[in-house]
Amino acid sequence: MEHLVIIGNGIAGITTARRVRKMSDMKITVISAETKYFFSRTALMYVYMGHMRFNDIKPYEDWFWEKNRIELIYALVTSIDTDNKKVKLADNSEISYDKLVIATGSKTNKFGWKGEYLPGVQGFYSLQDLELLEENTKNISQAVIVGGGLIGIELAEMLHSRNIYVTFLVREEFYWNNILPREDSILISRHILEHGFDLKLNVQLKEILAGENGRVKSVITDKGEEIKCQFVGLTPGVHPNIDVVKNSKVETNRGVLVNEYFETNIPDVYAAGDCVELKFAEPGSRFRFEQLWYTGKMHGETLAQTLCGKRTKYERGVWFNSAKFLNIEYQTYGFVSAKPKDDETHFYWEHPSAKKAVRFVYKNDDHSVIGMNTYGIRYRHEIFEKWIKEKKRIEFVLEHLTEANFDPEFYEKHEKEILKKFNNDNDGADLKLKSATKLSLSEKKII
Amino acid sequence: MTPVQIQPFKIYKYNPKLEIIRRSGLGIALTGIFFLLLCLTGTAKITPELFLFLSFGLAVTGAIIYSLPAIWESPAGIKNNRIFFNSFTSKGMIGWAAGIIITSFYVSLYWFPSFIENWIRLVDPLSYFLRNEKADRWFLYGTFYTLAILIMGLKMIIKYRHNRYQLIRTLSVMFFQLGFAYLIPALLIMFNKPEHYFSYFWPLKYQYLFPSDINYLTHTAGALGYFMVFWGAAMTFIAVPVLSYFFGKRWYCSWVCGCGGLAETAGDPFRHLSDNSLKAWRIERWSIHSVLVFVVVTTALLWTNSASGGKVLGELSQTFSSVYGFIIGAVFSGIVGVGFYPVMGSRVWCRFGCPLAAVLGFFQKFKSRFRITTNGGQCISCGNCSTYCEMGIDVRAYAQRRQNIIRSSCVGCGICAAVCPRGVLKLENGTEEGRYNVVPDDELVLINSQN
Ligand SMILES: Cc1cc2nc3c(=O)[nH]c(=O)nc-3n(C[C@H](O)[C@H](O)[C@H](O)COP(=O)(O)OP(=O)(O)OC[C@H]3O[C@@H](n4cnc5c(N)ncnc54)[C@H](O)[C@@H]3O)c2cc1C
Ligand code: SF4
Repeated sequence: MEHLVIIGNGIAGITTARRVRKMSDMKITVISAETKYFFSRTALMYVYMGHMRFNDIKPYEDWFWEKNRIELIYALVTSIDTDNKKVKLADNSEISYDKLVIATGSKTNKFGWKGEYLPGVQGFYSLQDLELLEENTKNISQAVIVGGGLIGIELAEMLHSRNIYVTFLVREEFYWNNILPREDSILISRHILEHGFDLKLNVQLKEILAGENGRVKSVITDKGEEIKCQFVGLTPGVHPNIDVVKNSKVETNRGVLVNEYFETNIPDVYAAGDCVELKFAEPGSRFRFEQLWYTGKMHGETLAQTLCGKRTKYERGVWFNSAKFLNIEYQTYGFVSAKPKDDETHFYWEHPSAKKAVRFVYKNDDHSVIGMNTYGIRYRHEIFEKWIKEKKRIEFVLEHLTEANFDPEFYEKHEKEILKKFNNDNDGADLKLKSATKLSLSEKKII
Repeated sequence: MTPVQIQPFKIYKYNPKLEIIRRSGLGIALTGIFFLLLCLTGTAKITPELFLFLSFGLAVTGAIIYSLPAIWESPAGIKNNRIFFNSFTSKGMIGWAAGIIITSFYVSLYWFPSFIENWIRLVDPLSYFLRNEKADRWFLYGTFYTLAILIMGLKMIIKYRHNRYQLIRTLSVMFFQLGFAYLIPALLIMFNKPEHYFSYFWPLKYQYLFPSDINYLTHTAGALGYFMVFWGAAMTFIAVPVLSYFFGKRWYCSWVCGCGGLAETAGDPFRHLSDNSLKAWRIERWSIHSVLVFVVVTTALLWTNSASGGKVLGELSQTFSSVYGFIIGAVFSGIVGVGFYPVMGSRVWCRFGCPLAAVLGFFQKFKSRFRITTNGGQCISCGNCSTYCEMGIDVRAYAQRRQNIIRSSCVGCGICAAVCPRGVLKLENGTEEGRYNVVPDDELVLINSQN
């Protein structure tokens, strides 16, 4: 029987294993050094906040794996020998494979800040980080978080839930302003301030200072300000974890290099998830890395086809992502550039409460919508995806917007106001809302 | 560009004053509870009105004061912070203690009412006012029950003030409890009519279709009695299928029903304790359907017996009926159903026992427009939905493979949709067609297979 060995039990590795099991009878072994059982990394924050127990963030019950004949090994892989088709574990035992999947995920970036290795300073990625965080934040009252991205704000929210006063250092002019357009960024920044965080914009970390006990006591910013704290969270992004691959014959750059089939340069060795670098994407661009839960899942699904003999090319489809900034839910579809490009127009509507907003990006020439951001209003993924794919015009999209609304029943609807704003912004525009049909519901089943 | 100063409309900061308010609320409530316990000894007999105020009055006022500061403490939104660190809400010592106390109350209520006799006397003034009759244990129970729904309903409203579905739904259960399950039955008694609950019907209120009850109602209350019988039958045989077809079983279970009402309000702090394992689901299906069979058989026996003038089955059918009343009516729905909130979650009875839920569930599963729709590929498998599902449904198992959730047990409380951090879930009444969107190729839908 063929033996498939997967390094890493994150969403990419596990999706691969499960999909392969559906289609094939081969022997499957998943090795991970973090936990024996798969858990949802995106939910680690809720364990710290007391919303859930660790057990609750495991998407499958423990019996699931044995029942589906997926063997789990809780161990660290220390080397990969592609010539003899073996991987070596920390206890020096060896496991032979016929096919190998590298799904080792990411690691937190370090910037070489002075003091970044002090006790009380840490990143946030793994379960071990969570355990360390418990230790590091016991009985403390002030924390500094460096790096204004998605993990940063989650960490801030986590600490806040334990009544720790958070100072949030953000390099950009507004929170996540390198990704979000200006108004969107301001909306979120305002929401952060509303929660009583000390949000410091346009500020960078210079160094971290230790107190007499050797633990962190304060940070110094590039403006020369000293901020007292007993904890520093570093969240300046992640990079592919290729530690175990580097010394093998598998080709790497910043990540494990793969083609559209997730094949590496070595036959029978594949890679998926956060750890890969997509060779076919534009060199140097951010599209060479896909470090999301959703993409990890899609990588695994595609790769499983190939592993089962149905060589399948990866086509990501319309880009999407979502997040939650404290209380504000965010969805994004297609491409929304932080600064409007010359050939596109941005249409933005914001609710007076400053907690709901939508943004549509469309081409100047044919008015086709290429991207949307939504805040505080839920919209239907399938419909937005379809509209973007079918290059629907902005006028069409707005007139049919109610159909895509996914807010709970009885929620206040804003589509009318959105249209009105568009009509005001655009001389001569006279869009009228089409009433939502139930069509959208039955239409769903086609996918 | 010059830097912009961002002004939030309001800044929520730790405010010691709020903590003081909350503590005083707690103090007042505990004082009320102290007096309540004191009343057990018979102290209240001297001046019942005064003690009614000192016990119930203070407890209620304190509880309200206690819950108010949450409004000013943080912006509206889902806050389940520290639920699993709190001994009361995570099966700690306090949780177990609460479970034991509530259970003891039920035991005294059903079998040792003399123990709580002084409490019953305590609510005499209220009973005279509402029903022009002295209180009995069921009036005491109803009073506790209604207060629990109203106070914890208020807390629920504050917690979910950003969520209109939850607001309206909570107001609805508060309304039905206060009106249909407390004031109207009291009024009926005041006017010397049979006490009747219009918000309950067979097979939950099993007696309402028993021959004895029908006989009693039609003979003692004339036209009103006939109306009561007709109403009950219409609810069971017309409202259940029709409304469940349009809205799913939620129209009753999480909008009208008193058991559901208590679970949705007083039970809300414990909803995450419901077991959501596959094993629990298996037990649930066996147990709830057994109860349904039991009540159907009991009812059939009683009718056979009454049709034959008691000749065919003699005492047997009566025995069946009292066994059902004891095991299901008292032990299951009361003691396990409510007493075990703090250890088994808030919907034990509704999930494992309620025969009406079983019937509503059939319609929901096989003939209904209701479903919980999942939003494309947005699920991050975090587990909030499954954890906070009071019926122990593993919502995530469906959501992460983009499948609609159609489960006979779902009461449509909508909390999964509320706690989901990615907006994946929506309760909807749509077309029947396409309701079961079994994803043909499991999850492989996002890629390659489009159009
Ligand atoms: C706090 C946080 C919040 C996030 N929130 C979101 C979100 O909301 N939405 C979203 O789309 N994405 C989110 N992400 C990103 C998302 O979690 C990742 O993209 C995804 O988990 C990556 O999955 P993976 O399978 O590629 O790798 P991982 O989940 O990192 O799994 C890799 C596993 O391999 C193990 N491993 C590595 N090397 C070895 C070795 N040599 N031997 C044995 N085992 C090894 C690691 O220990 C790890 O367990 C978040 C990430 C974090 C940290
Ligand atoms: S709460 Fe939402 S994101 Fe989390 S598992 Fe449930 S459906 Fe998925």
